[in-house]
Amino acid sequence: MMDFMALELRPLFAVLVSLIAACLIYSLGESIRPNAREGITITAAILKIVLVYSMIPAVLEGREISLEVFPVVKGVSFAFNVDPAGMVFACVASTLWILTSFYSIGYMRGHGEKNQTGYYAAFAMCLSAATGLCFAANLLTFFIFYEVLTVATYPLVVHYRDEEGTRSGRKYLAYTLISGQIFFAAMVVVYAVAGTLDFTPGGFLTSEMLPMPWALVIFFMMIGAGIVKAGVMPLHSWLPAAMVAPTPVSALLHAVAVVKAGAFCTLRVVLYVFGPGLAKSCGGSDILAWMAVFTILVSSLIAMRKTNLKARLAFSTVGQLSYIVLGICILTPFSTAGALYHIVAHAFMKITLFMAAGAIFVTTHKKDITEIVGLGRRMPVTMMAFTVASFGIAGFPFFVGFVSKANIIFGAVEMGRPIYVATLIASALLALGYLMPVVLVAFKKNIVNPEFMERGEANLCMLIPLVITACISIILGVAPNIGLHLFDMSLMAGNSIFTPLM
Amino acid sequence: MMQNLPVLIIVTPLCSALLCLLLTLINKHFGRAVVVIATAASLVMSVIQLKSVIEDGVIHYAIGNYAPPFGIELVIDSLNALIIVVIALIGFMTVLFAENFGDKRPVVKGGANAILALLITGLLGMTSTGDMFNLYVFLEITSLSAYCLIALGGSKGVVSAYRYMLVGTVAATFYLLGIGILYSATGTLNMGDLATILNEGGFDEVMLVSMSFLIVAFGIKMALFPFHGWQPSAYTHAEPGTRPLITGVMGKIPALAMFRFFFCIYGTDFIYVRYLLVLLGIFSVLGMLYGSIMAMAQNDIRKMLAYSSVAQIGYISLGFAIGTPVALAGSFLHMMGHAFMKGGLFFCTGAIRYKFGTTDLNEFGRIYKKMPITSGLLVIASLSMIGIPPTAGFFSKWYLALGAAGRHEWIYIAVLVISSLLNAVYFFRLIEKVFIQSSKGLKDRWSKGELELPLTIILPVVVCFLAILGIGVFNVKLFDILMLTLEGVGL
Repeated sequence: MMDFMALELRPLFAVLVSLIAACLIYSLGESIRPNAREGITITAAILKIVLVYSMIPAVLEGREISLEVFPVVKGVSFAFNVDPAGMVFACVASTLWILTSFYSIGYMRGHGEKNQTGYYAAFAMCLSAATGLCFAANLLTFFIFYEVLTVATYPLVVHYRDEEGTRSGRKYLAYTLISGQIFFAAMVVVYAVAGTLDFTPGGFLTSEMLPMPWALVIFFMMIGAGIVKAGVMPLHSWLPAAMVAPTPVSALLHAVAVVKAGAFCTLRVVLYVFGPGLAKSCGGSDILAWMAVFTILVSSLIAMRKTNLKARLAFSTVGQLSYIVLGICILTPFSTAGALYHIVAHAFMKITLFMAAGAIFVTTHKKDITEIVGLGRRMPVTMMAFTVASFGIAGFPFFVGFVSKANIIFGAVEMGRPIYVATLIASALLALGYLMPVVLVAFKKNIVNPEFMERGEANLCMLIPLVITACISIILGVAPNIGLHLFDMSLMAGNSIFTPLM
Repeated sequence: MMQNLPVLIIVTPLCSALLCLLLTLINKHFGRAVVVIATAASLVMSVIQLKSVIEDGVIHYAIGNYAPPFGIELVIDSLNALIIVVIALIGFMTVLFAENFGDKRPVVKGGANAILALLITGLLGMTSTGDMFNLYVFLEITSLSAYCLIALGGSKGVVSAYRYMLVGTVAATFYLLGIGILYSATGTLNMGDLATILNEGGFDEVMLVSMSFLIVAFGIKMALFPFHGWQPSAYTHAEPGTRPLITGVMGKIPALAMFRFFFCIYGTDFIYVRYLLVLLGIFSVLGMLYGSIMAMAQNDIRKMLAYSSVAQIGYISLGFAIGTPVALAGSFLHMMGHAFMKGGLFFCTGAIRYKFGTTDLNEFGRIYKKMPITSGLLVIASLSMIGIPPTAGFFSKWYLALGAAGRHEWIYIAVLVISSLLNAVYFFRLIEKVFIQSSKGLKDRWSKGELELPLTIILPVVVCFLAILGIGVFNVKLFDILMLTLEGVGL
């Protein structure tokens, strides 16, 4: 008799629970009542959160949780290995799934959307893939989940089935499939030269395996898949286009699953496949860092010019994701921990912003910043949450964004890169520049917009999740380690990569 | 009984073909029933045979107890035992499926069933035989029954069949010439015997000449670019009920025969085989690109899939061109996977035609609402064609790419990537049509019962769906089985 509660099996179950939920929703969704259908989502989300959280103590103790499920191709297993880095991302994904699920229910019903069954099924599928790639122990397992994520997001992007949605869907597929296939080719080469695909802290490739020009070529072939999803310029243009999707999807795309999967892919490739040594010596990490610097500055400038709230947030995401990429490429334990923690920080802040934007849209049908003058009177709670998240994005102390940014800056100082430090500080000011106008406009006292005279928040299904995420953004800013020990795990991951070198 | 399995698998459908027409004259259901039972029996026996091959090794079966090399020998190793299972399974499902299509007159229907059984016989025979003249006989049985089945698909079918017949006869003649030369030089028709004699040396000219003939013969039969001219129209206009077998399996068995000749009989030590592999590589690469580009331009789903087959055959021959055991295993995995993908897509096409009476892609708007199961297979098969994990197509691509990396053939890897992306263009177009495009208000011709379609259509669709995922997930098992034969073969 197998022990079904064994620690080793939990990563598998965490993936399966949402996969099964997706199948159930898709096959039964049309024939059962909406409440029952959403019940499946919520149940799966709770189960997943329990499974993921239950592995935290073991990870903190530094115990190995690894599971080989079956050989996926000759010589490589479909295997899971729970390490601190994956755990951080998995915690974020599973926590936010449950919040977005409630929010989705409020949004989709409040807005009277069609095709809800397909929507919830694809959503669950995305989360299954996201958890899978957190726990994947080798490149091939990772790639399988990465591609499943690509495909599962497609129905969400084309949700409205209109001209614009179709176009964005094509754009999304073009970017992600091309980069995915190039990743595939590079992965084959890596397997051919190294004979293994297992992620190793500090990397498993050496410069003997891949002599110089090839190391750089393979580096960018692999990193391509990551930076496309993470929206590093010039490969970002699918991301604003994907804004046509319903707001909870944008929240998922831009805060939880897809873009973070891209950032996580970058992390795995740079630090667990190539390793700091080779990434540095082949020059790949420097080039990538400069791309990230460019993206951080340019995307903030573009964001200022966007009057559509969601578009502004999308460009903000593009910039924020490059913090993570930059943090990875600085190649110090602190910057790595900062980058990982920024996955957490940005997720909570950006999802708050998107949920607020969605709440505004459902309640008032306003999409544009110019139209929400004086909204603070009508939706004070929503706008307060928005304000909190904006401060966080700008990196104010005592907000979660500060913790991650400070660590990345420590790393940059340690490596003696003043330009990176300057970029990060400049970008904080730019973030204030594009987010504060929204807050100021909404709370403008002397202009009274007759539309927004009465109090009227979005329904509770939407309001509660966004208040929770806003609170978490503050709590984690004050005490980064509270509850899930996310900061400790980030540090553990950072140290595990760099200890073998010291 | 047990030791006679290899021949029983072939003879059972053959007998049913002969009985079918006669029984149809008595009662229209008898004829079909006998074919269904015979193919089912064949399927069961092929599975048992596969099991015994894996456990006890290669089976050599002398027909009529005449000892080879004088008598005809059937040789079943793990490779063709697997392929036989695939043929029998798709053949069986096609027989079930074909019931819903075509001319309803009993004689024509009975005849069509009989010919379908003959086609299955021919394919099974070609796969099993270890005698090169016997291969010719089965090749002709296959071809002739295919001509008939294509001609049954209406007036355009007749033209396509005629065209195929002209080209196909040329191919058969080349094959006959090729083996004629080999026979006159060596005095044997048995493949194993031939391999031994040729490897003693001194036959280089004979081998070169016969090899040139055989490339053309197999190239035409498997519709390898640039010999594919007959294929798109034949696949498009063949009798709708029998299309899955014709498109899914028929093109691949000559590829298997090609493998036997070039890798098992001539052997890769023969320098010209190495040149040939380069040529084959060029053909495959061009075919993969050409087939995909042509497929993008089609509005008729049948034609799109037919051109896609030109590209997919390229994957199989690309594996031969790379020539290492890993790449060859990739080829054969793709052969099996693609049989279910392409067969499955044609089951879908048939299902859509049955329900809505159209094969025009532009009319497919949102049919997924009425046909969820069929659309499910459409999606899975399309993803598998592109090579998205965890479907079968991804894993065959993996082994092909790994083989190419092992021989430092970087261009082949690049082409695999490009070809996947080209596939993505037209298969996502199909998905877009089925799921996103607004509905054209097609009239539903089947609204009885609970299911979206008759059981004989749903069953093959579901089986293909599971097979595509199954081959993907259990590819290592299949790989190990294939390696029993392929270990040591090739470069």
